[in-house]
Amino acid sequence: MRAVRIAVLGALLGFLAAPAMAQETPPLPNPGWSFSGIFGSYDVAAAQRGFWVYFKVCSTCHSMKEMHYRDLADIGLSEGQIKAIAASVTVPQGINDQGEPVTGPARPADEFKAPFPNDAAARAALGGALPPDLSLITNAREGHADYVYGILTGFTQPPKGVEVPAGKYYNEYFPGHLIAMPPPLSEGAVEYADGTKATVPQMAHDVTTFLEWAANPELVQRKQIGVRVILFLLLMTGLTYAGKRKVWADVH
Amino acid sequence: MAGLHESDYKNPVVNWIDTRLPIFSVLHKEYGAFPTPKNFNYFWNFGAMAVVTLVVMMATGVLLAMQYQPNTALAFDSVQHIMRDVNYGWLIRYIHQNGASMFFIVTYIHILRGMYYGSYKKPRELLWMLGVVILLVLMATAFMGYVLPWGQMSYWGATVITNLFSAFPVIGHGMVTWLWGGFSVDNPTLNRFFALHYLLPFILLGVVFLHVLALHITGSNNPLGIDPKGPQDTVPFHPYYTIKDSIGLCVFLIFWSAFVFFAPNVLADPNNFIPANPLQTPPDIVPEWYFLPFYAMLRSVPNKLGGVCIMFFSILVLFFLPWLDTSKVRSARFRPIFRQIIWVWVAACVVLGIVGAHPPEGIWVVLGRVCTLYYFLHFLVIMPLLGKLERPLPLPESISRAVTGAGPMPSAAVAKPMGKA
Repeated sequence: MRAVRIAVLGALLGFLAAPAMAQETPPLPNPGWSFSGIFGSYDVAAAQRGFWVYFKVCSTCHSMKEMHYRDLADIGLSEGQIKAIAASVTVPQGINDQGEPVTGPARPADEFKAPFPNDAAARAALGGALPPDLSLITNAREGHADYVYGILTGFTQPPKGVEVPAGKYYNEYFPGHLIAMPPPLSEGAVEYADGTKATVPQMAHDVTTFLEWAANPELVQRKQIGVRVILFLLLMTGLTYAGKRKVWADVH
Repeated sequence: MAGLHESDYKNPVVNWIDTRLPIFSVLHKEYGAFPTPKNFNYFWNFGAMAVVTLVVMMATGVLLAMQYQPNTALAFDSVQHIMRDVNYGWLIRYIHQNGASMFFIVTYIHILRGMYYGSYKKPRELLWMLGVVILLVLMATAFMGYVLPWGQMSYWGATVITNLFSAFPVIGHGMVTWLWGGFSVDNPTLNRFFALHYLLPFILLGVVFLHVLALHITGSNNPLGIDPKGPQDTVPFHPYYTIKDSIGLCVFLIFWSAFVFFAPNVLADPNNFIPANPLQTPPDIVPEWYFLPFYAMLRSVPNKLGGVCIMFFSILVLFFLPWLDTSKVRSARFRPIFRQIIWVWVAACVVLGIVGAHPPEGIWVVLGRVCTLYYFLHFLVIMPLLGKLERPLPLPESISRAVTGAGPMPSAAVAKPMGKA
């Protein structure tokens, strides 16, 4: 009876899991991430290069509203570098004594400057499409970092018979395949200060690392604390178990 | 009956307090000497785990409430502020966020343990019913908590669930408007959900207190489902079960920590990282995993009102379980058919959970309907009939006989005869 029960349950679960595979989208690429796994942490050099890609390319259309320039210290930029980066951007700075709006160079405490003042302005400038905010993008999509990397490297020629309307582009990994974003990366689109060759896969890898950090800046500290917490709890479990054996020794 | 309590405590300060307010005596009686069946297995750990989870949720929740902004314009960003700028805010939030799932895991196992060992049967009917109240309050609290981060799934989940009430004839639409505090899920909704999400755990704590109070009147059930016959069948709660509960608790905390530190968002929906947008419906609106079986039942009924009723009834039927189960034997160990058939019911619940995660098309509709039907068949037909038809195995004479295989043996571990042992 027990064997029958297990067999029925197993067959049922196997049957339930099968149809999930039927998809015309190819499996997402995984270039190997520094931040995956229990001991994974951020490749700081890649995250810095990734910031550069965002700053020079993505930020033309995409905001990162949850980010401040000061946060960049976390991926190893010096105070001077952060000040210089912030100062190169002009942002609104409230109102002056006469009640007039003032603009000026950003400070490290300022939020990343958004490319458009609001969603309507973005849509008006981009033919109706709204570029999503990128602060949490790797958390906000099924497939996470692999998906973001897939989108950035997934612009291909459309298969025969697929009509791509004006203002749309064919992307292997985008749901429905027709994306309003033109291919954002091209060979040598940015110049890396560390001499790394700016190929499309390289830039996609770097900017995805940067975006994963932006979405989960606590990841390294979280995993470090986690290892210690689990080790402590394992020790506690052992001690408690030994104590329990001692206490219960005279009962059984 | 007025008069001072006669305290045995030697310490003059403790004695002075205990004479006037016997908290030390009560704690000793209920958690020190409290006679507890000596044959518990580790499934009896889950009540303690649930209490610890409640305390952790309340502690982390209070800290989160100090930084959170219950306003549609600020809520999403205030959660990100907690995650990024508040010292260890990410830790507090991930404990709380995953704690909701942990709460349901331990509660569901706790309920299943009660069902398997017949803990709801006489004289523990009221204890069980208070437990069902706890489940209902827990569900309401979890639902409102999920709305607070004000992501896409928060907003659309709240919209779908509150809209269910519109299925009721005549009063339905007025009721939904009243729940929302407006004509759609909006700022007043978020505000009241925050207020209620803060309030309900305290009500939960009150019902938990009654649940434990009732437990201490009837005493605990045990894996054999027979009553302790005397002190040879019990051990004092402390240190025997304080230490045994601690083991379960340590393992549970390891499990919880694994989520918090290494996969904090594995149970979260990616859509909830997108701020709520009333103009854009996500492709699939899916509740949190712990509501999926109920969501599947809701969608299995072609009629909206029918679906809502079935969903509510799936919980309400639990209130009647003590009377629907006609068997006098508590533990499934001595019920050869029930101990098999209970797993079919568990399988139906698991399949309903999987169905709830898929769009209601094709095979999922059929599976959902079959399992919903079986869910109720189990309670309304199988349980009443089985009690009459099944021939239970002979029950052991006493707990100590079943445990040691010999007669009652004098032991240092035996509780001193006190209280109601």
